[in-house]
Amino acid sequence: MNIGTTMLDKSERGKRAFTLPRPDVEKVDPASVFASGLIREGPVGLPEVSEPEIARHFVNLSVLNHHVDRDFYPLGSCTMKYNPKVGGHVSALPGFSGLHPMVPDSAAQGALAVMYEVGRALCEITGMDDITVAPAAGAHGELTGMLMVRAYHAAQGKQRKKVLIPDSAHGTNPASVAVAGYESVEVPSGPDGRIEPGALKEFLGDDVAAIMITNPNTLGLFETHIREVTDLVHESGGLVYMDGANMNALLGISRPGDFGVDIVHLNLHKTFSTPHGGGGPGSGPVAVKRHLIPFLPVPYICKQDGAYRRSWEHGKSIGRIHTFYGNFAVMVRAYCYIIMMGPDGIRRVAEDSLINANYLLARVKDRLDVPYGEKCKHEFVASGKKFLARGVRTNDIAKRLMDYGFHPPTVYFPLIVEEALMIEPTETESRATLDSFAEALIKISEEIESDPELVKGAPHNTPVRRVDEAGAARSLDVAQ
Amino acid sequence: MSGACYFPNTAADRKAMLEAIGAYRFEDLLEDIPEVLRIKGGLDLKPALSEYEARKLLGRLAGLNASAEAYACFMGAGSYDHYVPSIVSEIASRPEFYTAYTPYQAEISQGTLQSIYEFQSMMARLTGMEISNASLYDGATAMAEAVLMALGMSRKSKVVASGCMNPMRLGVINTYLEGGTAEVVMTGREEGVTRPEDIASLVDEDTGCVIVESPNFFGLAEDLEAIGAAVKDKNVLFIVSVDPTSLGILAPPSAFGADIAVGEGQSLGNPMNYGGPNLGFIATTRKHMRKLPGRIVGKTVDADGNPCFCLTLQTREQHIRRERATSNICTNQALNALSATVYLSWLGEQGLRELGETCLSLAAYAARELKALGIMPRFAGPFFKEFAVDLGVDAETFVEDALEHGILAGVPLGRFYPDLKNCLLVAFTEKRTRAEIDILVSLIAGAGGGGAKA
Repeated sequence: MNIGTTMLDKSERGKRAFTLPRPDVEKVDPASVFASGLIREGPVGLPEVSEPEIARHFVNLSVLNHHVDRDFYPLGSCTMKYNPKVGGHVSALPGFSGLHPMVPDSAAQGALAVMYEVGRALCEITGMDDITVAPAAGAHGELTGMLMVRAYHAAQGKQRKKVLIPDSAHGTNPASVAVAGYESVEVPSGPDGRIEPGALKEFLGDDVAAIMITNPNTLGLFETHIREVTDLVHESGGLVYMDGANMNALLGISRPGDFGVDIVHLNLHKTFSTPHGGGGPGSGPVAVKRHLIPFLPVPYICKQDGAYRRSWEHGKSIGRIHTFYGNFAVMVRAYCYIIMMGPDGIRRVAEDSLINANYLLARVKDRLDVPYGEKCKHEFVASGKKFLARGVRTNDIAKRLMDYGFHPPTVYFPLIVEEALMIEPTETESRATLDSFAEALIKISEEIESDPELVKGAPHNTPVRRVDEAGAARSLDVAQ
Repeated sequence: MSGACYFPNTAADRKAMLEAIGAYRFEDLLEDIPEVLRIKGGLDLKPALSEYEARKLLGRLAGLNASAEAYACFMGAGSYDHYVPSIVSEIASRPEFYTAYTPYQAEISQGTLQSIYEFQSMMARLTGMEISNASLYDGATAMAEAVLMALGMSRKSKVVASGCMNPMRLGVINTYLEGGTAEVVMTGREEGVTRPEDIASLVDEDTGCVIVESPNFFGLAEDLEAIGAAVKDKNVLFIVSVDPTSLGILAPPSAFGADIAVGEGQSLGNPMNYGGPNLGFIATTRKHMRKLPGRIVGKTVDADGNPCFCLTLQTREQHIRRERATSNICTNQALNALSATVYLSWLGEQGLRELGETCLSLAAYAARELKALGIMPRFAGPFFKEFAVDLGVDAETFVEDALEHGILAGVPLGRFYPDLKNCLLVAFTEKRTRAEIDILVSLIAGAGGGGAKA
């Protein structure tokens, strides 16, 4: 595989892969239908290649990727767990994949049942009252939730200005708040990495529309004072939004609905085991408490007299957030996962993800600093700060891990930990894998002492050597 | 324990691991969760199913749906029953692609990165624009992102939109604008096409952008030449939404002076999937590239000087720029973009043109057959693969009844426009046959003969 050689480079005039039906109707010349100015002049510039060449090109590209089916992928906050193969099979059933979104409800009962029932299961898991499954990803869910906050305050007769966000939050949180027209205000974490109710009081007031909390937070810690926090926010007239990206830690153990959370989004492509696809498609359902049900987007999926239907008029709905109903095929996979896990399996996800994360933490904490705590939930954040003295940065450690066959953890996040390495093993990894990853980290910490240049020059045996990202930003070659 | 299929660790492993942690039992890991916030009892979910039982249950649910596998599908309105070639589903089913995360670590993500670069290249060529991003959720959110991008650049507060755009996409634009003070002003839709003079009269000094869709919701090609001329020199950004399958025969947005081109790419090798995942795309000029939402892949070199790819211009994005990012989007539709890239490679130059001509010819055949029976399309004007027809009877009832004949007859328009409740939007992909169209035409003829007889 010559990286950088594209299908366009391989194009040769006269080659073709396509076959199309030739219907028995008169062929219409576009020039006889459209004004000459609307007709394309000259070629598009698409590749002309044969199917065997397409297969070889993309298969050879594919094997350049690290992926979950190949080896460990401990990206913090991303929950890179195994994606059950059955999910791909059921979502590809023609009755689902070949279904047009506008067929009458009477002819789409199976699809509507999946959407409704996966929603009910997610409500039970989160302890919430109702849900929309339409958001296409986590950030889309955040925006949907924030627009509901906006609609809620509008309905109360007074709009508010600010949304509070702890300093450990995902970058999508402040960005989503901004799109929804709110000003985000950063709230510092306390010395133990958690929100302090006493300090939070200083930020609350009648201009605060909501607080956005990730729980467990991005340090991998449960927000122990969550109940006091939600009470304080409610007393000041605000709402509590929970970013549920880290729900893997809480499945069957604890529920946002019991914390006093008003709105929570989930990431089906994290917690519910649907694949990440190299960056999507995901799915970011948003579950709400009763007082926010009228604001859910349309169409609203409901069940009446034993039949499922799409309701196009719904209370004080924020309106439509997707052309149709979201990433349906992802919901099919998640529903399959939930019905196969059952209540005990769902809880075991959280149990094993906690055991795996704490085990890995115990194995590496003598070599890497872990600033916040001896124990964690589903992930923990280590710091490579002490290696700076040897001229080695966290990014170098990340690249060196690739030489050992592992995907690096999330790096330089959360921002409140210097030289951060955010490690989330998930429940689908074996003890043996965790041991070999821990041994690689320990080995690298030894290499940093004995041969720092080896680490700084990593990776050495990957498909390409260290990539010049600054060069990409300078040359801006983004299309051929 | 039931349902325990994806857990490698045995009970003995768990015990040994807890010991290594220094915990006696699992609950010791929950010390920071107050007792009162822990679930008492278990979750109220149904007991676990085996894989066979789950497939059987989902197979039964799939069987309740009137899919295009069993019915002749004339439904469109933003989701189309195009054929997905085997090579596309084969490549998109490779775990190397679908079980990978966003390619933040370039050295071990070259497969995903290069395929996105190739997607960007092909979308730029299709739309005639200089650059494309790596994808957005769907055609509607692509439009909304384009509008937010244009308003951000122009710092103005008015959007002039064609009233003939897909109303579901217009709905999403309106929802996205709820957070701000901008307003959308729409042209009429009475003629089924946008009158360039309506656009010209609505544009004023507060207008930040003009947005038009072609082919529009009613399937008709807009007069983009005249609309482009009407907005030129008006100091507004011109956004054009297109159906990519039309671009083998129709001129790209760039030909009409578009600043931003957007659209729905589901038709490019992605199944309908009951409306999602779809594939939003957005392309623009180099001048505006720093304002684009979402991910962009760039070509660079590695430490040995060899060509390779990585994410670039990340300082626009939420994980760096936070509340000042160009958009909040993170996860997008990478796997669907991969499918589109394989599909466009498969079609190639000639295939894209033939696909467009085939759809056009089938739609034209249907219109001719209806016309022979005295039934005219609801709106006059050149259509590509879709047009509206007035049935003279309630279109929703007609579609329900047509199911018995194995036909998904089209999309009734009454849900969007009460005055068009007898109108049906019918779409023709290369999968439709003359025999299927003949059945549709006879059903329409039998329905009352149409309200728009010549």
